Amino acid sequence: MTVDTKVPYDNEYINQFSQANNEPDWMRELRLQALKQADALEPPKPDKTRIDKWNFSHFKHDAVDADKITSLHNVPADIQDVLDLDNVPENVLVQRNHMVAYASLKQELKDKGVIFTDIFSALRDHGELVKRYYMQDAVSFDEHRFTALHAALMNGGVFVYVPKNVQIEEPLQVIFWQEDPETAMFNHVLVVAEENSSMTYVENYASHNDETETVANIVTEVIAHDNAQISFGGVDNFSAGTTTYVNRRGVAYRDARIEWALGQMNDGNTISENVTHLIGENAVSNAKTVSVGRGKQSQNFTAEIVHFGKESEGHILQHGVMRDRSTSIFNGIGKIEHGATKSKAEQESRVLMLSEKARGDANPILLIDEDDVEAGHAASVGRVDPLQLYYLMSRGISRAEAERLIIHGFLAPVVKQLPIESVKNQLTQLIERKVY
Amino acid sequence: MSGSTLEIENLHVEIEGNKILKGVDLTIKGGEFHAIMGPNGTGKSTLASAIMGHPSFEITEGNVYLDGKDVLAMEVDERARAGLFLGMQYPSEISGVTTSDFLRSSINSRREEGDEISLMKFIKEMDQALDYLDIDKNMAQRYLNEGFSGGEKKRNEILQLMLLKPEMAILDEIDSGLDIDALKVVSKGINKLRDDQFGCLIITHYQRLLNYITPDKVHVMMQGRIVKTGGPDLAKRLESEGYDWIKEEQGIEEETTGQEV
Repeated sequence: MTVDTKVPYDNEYINQFSQANNEPDWMRELRLQALKQADALEPPKPDKTRIDKWNFSHFKHDAVDADKITSLHNVPADIQDVLDLDNVPENVLVQRNHMVAYASLKQELKDKGVIFTDIFSALRDHGELVKRYYMQDAVSFDEHRFTALHAALMNGGVFVYVPKNVQIEEPLQVIFWQEDPETAMFNHVLVVAEENSSMTYVENYASHNDETETVANIVTEVIAHDNAQISFGGVDNFSAGTTTYVNRRGVAYRDARIEWALGQMNDGNTISENVTHLIGENAVSNAKTVSVGRGKQSQNFTAEIVHFGKESEGHILQHGVMRDRSTSIFNGIGKIEHGATKSKAEQESRVLMLSEKARGDANPILLIDEDDVEAGHAASVGRVDPLQLYYLMSRGISRAEAERLIIHGFLAPVVKQLPIESVKNQLTQLIERKVY
Repeated sequence: MSGSTLEIENLHVEIEGNKILKGVDLTIKGGEFHAIMGPNGTGKSTLASAIMGHPSFEITEGNVYLDGKDVLAMEVDERARAGLFLGMQYPSEISGVTTSDFLRSSINSRREEGDEISLMKFIKEMDQALDYLDIDKNMAQRYLNEGFSGGEKKRNEILQLMLLKPEMAILDEIDSGLDIDALKVVSKGINKLRDDQFGCLIITHYQRLLNYITPDKVHVMMQGRIVKTGGPDLAKRLESEGYDWIKEEQGIEEETTGQEV
């Protein structure tokens, strides 16, 4: 297949799509403007990964109807796995194809002004609030062709808003279940934490299209206002047929903190960018990612933290396991802008290769435009240490089990950080399934 | 006969083409404690590693049998399940795997599927052993050997020995780097296992360990061979007189195998 990323949809289609969803005018205009620019803009150029042969054009966009879910006990097993059904989560939303199939939010949180709803409802019911943030402070629609396509074709997602001084203890969980194998997911997630608020948000992406080709183009914007705390957990698990572009970007203002814990478990070709802008003084971000590559997939992972605020602190930890003929590039980037004095940037990228044909590349990059800072990085790419295997086996543990322990141990520092027990368990199981 | 028997016959071992062991013969029966002593670089640790199946060593000649079974034909894990244990001089550090999970996997590896040790029983046994060896309980939740001091690593080896209860243990310089208190604790752990079944081969430079663990037999290794065998008195004589008299007796000028190991 040759490179073909032209937009297969026109103005009329976009107009109709927007109208069918009763969107505000500004949204329709944004879509049309983005569509107009999409063809002229270049696709992104992920470092060291060639994407010109990847499928970005073969997909369906038309919304597919999906039934409501009456009980969380009726969803497929792998989706049940992420839900703690013995202790049914009180704040959960399941998006099936592009429809909300299940949604619940505790009354107490509604009373406090917390918004936790699908993006189309949010556009209708909280239009001004969404407009204030949607592709404004974090991601711009005209960064490259994929962001423009995203803005033009957005067809799902959620809006999470926590008002000033509201602290939410229990997690807000979203499951994006792409049931239809052909339809693309242009998902937009917008998370806003006002001053002095705190929340834990967790999302899971799942599809089951091993053969059928489609596309996921996901933009996530996470905004932490002064002294807000956001703990963001995500597990991506698209099947081999899905080519994914996922861009999760955070903006942290004064004294704010954004914690990322991402399980990058897609089976298809993937570009995953996770960038956080530490705008305010004393803002902090930790980005922890765990990735598994298998089959012939090619993946490019970027974790980047950009320091603008004084005394801001950013830590990146990427761990990846590659098997079969999979290829992955890990870019860990710490960038300190001029004026961000006394900032601290740390990054660590570690790749473990399980087969001769697997390829992994770890690129820690520090870009520093300020003298009075602290920065450090570490990277390693290697195979399972034969002496570690020998040690474990010398206690009677079989080779397969010893490898399993080493791989789990290698990924544990990140897996342990996931904020919800059921998601942590799911990720552990997923790793188990993918690695053996 | 009680316990297991380990027979080493004419063992020759090389590492990267260098001949280290040049024909070792040794038999250890259940209930016996043997010590191998000798200066540095004479092949003592190589013997231990080769019996367990360390990936860097190549066996070029000879045999090792445990109760008549061909040890050298077994994978490392099979050797362990057959009843062998090696307390290592330099145990690996394994990040992300807790000592407790590792111990449980090790115990379960020698039990049938469906007959795994219960969590309660495991914790009880582990706690008892931790107490016995005067080890901080937190160690169970720390990653295996990661950031452990030299002494902690050695105690952890003995902890594993006590929980796995092998038929035949080889302890490779388990005393090196231990202060006198730690040495007493480690010896206490090893002595607890002593009965008419358990066989043990202790490899050491120093006689001081043998003040706490009395061996039935003492062997001296030089030039990749066992050159002298005696009772506990031999260790004491080596302590007071050194190795020169043996070299003289054996007509050996340079005791090492020709390289540092």
